Amino acid sequence: MGAGIEARVGPSEIRLRNQSLEAQAVEPAYDLSGAEILVRALAEQGVKTLFGIPGGAVLGLADAVGRYGRFRWILTKHEQGATHAADGYARYSGRVGVVLVTSGPGSTNTVTGIATAYMDSSPIVVLTGQVPLPMVGNDAFQEVDTIGVTRPITKHSFLLRSPNDIADTVRKAFYIAGSGRPGPVVIDMPKDVLAAHGDYIPSAEIVVRGYKPKIFGHAHQISRAAERINRARRPVLYIGGGVVASGASDLVRRLAIENRIPVTSTLMGLGAFPSDHPLWLGMLGMHGTWTANMAVQTADLIIAIGARFDDRVTGRVADFAPQADIIHIDIDSSVIGRNVQVDIPIVGDARHVLIDLVPLVKGPDTKEWLEQIERWRQDHPLRYDRESQAVKPQYVIEKLAEVTDGEAVIVTDVGQHQMWTAQFYRFKHPRTIITSGGLGTMGFGLPAAMGVAIAQEDGAPRRPVVAIVGDGGFQMTMEELITAVAYRVPVKVFVINNGYLGMVRQWQELFFGRRYVASDLRQANPDLARVAESMGAMGLRVERREEVQPAIEKALSCDSGPVVIDFRVDGQENVFPMVPAGAALHEMIEARPSDK
Amino acid sequence: MGEMKEHTISVLVEQTFDALPRIAGLFSGRGYQIDSISVGEAEEPGMARMTIVTRGDDGVIEQITKQLNKIVNVVKVTDLTYEPFVERELALVKVTATQSTRSEIMQIVNIFRAKIVDISPKTLTVECTGSRAKVQAIIGMLRPFGIREISRTGSVALKREFRGET
Repeated sequence: MGAGIEARVGPSEIRLRNQSLEAQAVEPAYDLSGAEILVRALAEQGVKTLFGIPGGAVLGLADAVGRYGRFRWILTKHEQGATHAADGYARYSGRVGVVLVTSGPGSTNTVTGIATAYMDSSPIVVLTGQVPLPMVGNDAFQEVDTIGVTRPITKHSFLLRSPNDIADTVRKAFYIAGSGRPGPVVIDMPKDVLAAHGDYIPSAEIVVRGYKPKIFGHAHQISRAAERINRARRPVLYIGGGVVASGASDLVRRLAIENRIPVTSTLMGLGAFPSDHPLWLGMLGMHGTWTANMAVQTADLIIAIGARFDDRVTGRVADFAPQADIIHIDIDSSVIGRNVQVDIPIVGDARHVLIDLVPLVKGPDTKEWLEQIERWRQDHPLRYDRESQAVKPQYVIEKLAEVTDGEAVIVTDVGQHQMWTAQFYRFKHPRTIITSGGLGTMGFGLPAAMGVAIAQEDGAPRRPVVAIVGDGGFQMTMEELITAVAYRVPVKVFVINNGYLGMVRQWQELFFGRRYVASDLRQANPDLARVAESMGAMGLRVERREEVQPAIEKALSCDSGPVVIDFRVDGQENVFPMVPAGAALHEMIEARPSDK
Repeated sequence: MGEMKEHTISVLVEQTFDALPRIAGLFSGRGYQIDSISVGEAEEPGMARMTIVTRGDDGVIEQITKQLNKIVNVVKVTDLTYEPFVERELALVKVTATQSTRSEIMQIVNIFRAKIVDISPKTLTVECTGSRAKVQAIIGMLRPFGIREISRTGSVALKREFRGET
């Protein structure tokens, strides 16, 4: 089964393949400090770049990193920036991102970054300093219970207790972070363990007894699914970030195109199916397209792959896809059947399940269904005022898509600009949108974009990197522009500057009687182009529509370092369609309600 | 779905420093009920067996077992509720005993095959082992005499091996 597509690989090879190919051969070494063992173990995992900030508890380790000389250390301005950067690095490259910070405030500052990676299943390993073991629990200087603090937002965590455990712990941490449903892993490193001496022994095998990700789907369930797809009349493929993570995009494309099944995706799944293809419905959910949401509500079959029926996607769950049977493929059994009832559950890695499933599917008759979809598409396209003389945010995104031809990596912050990007950029490739979906972390965009650009220097495919951020989120982590300047990282930061916490303003307009409490930033917003210049970056400002395209072209042609474009956009613009909280997907507000 | 039911779940877990807080944290973080939780070394060195008594509808119980399985240190999760299992809980109950009630209390203790393990002029301390229901019952019987203190272990449980079929 599936031989025509790709030979199967064993679970241990999955997704860690890239990492191990690039792993550096490391010889056994005796009587080393824990810190020296740790750097060798990182080298063994193929690590090339660390993001972080040193401090008292990890000075010995920092010194060992410097003396070993095989890693690049990207010194960020804040540990949150380091963690988002490692996360962006991981999402773009598919390799585990590595963060190194000190104890106490160093580790607590990573918490937002860890939670962001956890919610979006991004593989990072966070190395945190810790006070010496005998001082643990004494409220020592810069002590915090890092493992306790991060427990609910990590896939797993380790406390180093002896230098001889270090190498194996690092191996397990990378294996756990990068395999199965990926996620963040913390290694807490007491100072005395890093200083004590032990041996480094290379090891080939990693055994984590309670951890066996289920890679292959159940054959009977897969054939049931194929049989159900074959007799569907109104099927919809609903894909999520799991498709991207498992590298299943090409198989999703085959499944859809060969069988003429329309495709919608979550925010995290964008790019896994080309948005210029006629079967593409657009994103679904709260700010999904009319066509995608109506298709889901009318479908007789939903094929969900690597997606988890998040509440931003389903709207009112009781009325989600009322006529549809649901096939749900996911590597994490706990997301199957959690939010919606599933008819055919398949636990397994999306790629491996599809290798088995695709050959069994024999074109359901979807002719009438596609005609219906085409009518929705014609009658309800995404709209905005294209004639407006003001700089419309959607226009900026459309121009960016045009100039880059959908070939850039787009990293976003969180808010209105994020949704406009999802709606108006034309994603063509997986891993070309990097965005905080699950946690919705403002401030994610710039540092994550930096991580993406640095991953390219470590061998990931070269593409222009554009961070699309709002003025609100940008100001949460804009200090990382200094880092980007320091390392001449060529990120382009497009600030969609509307002078508001825009999504908050939109909700206040629609649901809180236009009382704009604590959402107006105009009083004190700095001149962002000059802020950029003061940090050593190129700063541009765009106030008129005809300046948009030249500014984009100018920014993209600069590759010596970061560029910030401050787009002064129409501050009153809202994101539509919109499914209000608690409404069903088909109860969309399609445009701004007329003024009363 | 819908109906709240008591479940006894047995979890075999590696005895690392973080395994037990992770399991407890799963219950608090996701809002699951814990009626009792007990843990001790299992047959294999380095492993512990945890018995969790919890309540929820089918959907919640399914989530609990799946989430437990996701924890890296968890080796095996068994919901014992759907098969015969033996279950024991230990309780120590300190009850007020006067000259006139002492013999009556001792009769109750005998009926439940419990033991008196401490005696003072004003109290008796009773040790009782048995299913949660039995422990519940003896406490109910002793309550009218005046209970001073109770200390209970929570259930431990194992699946029954042989049900008489050949």
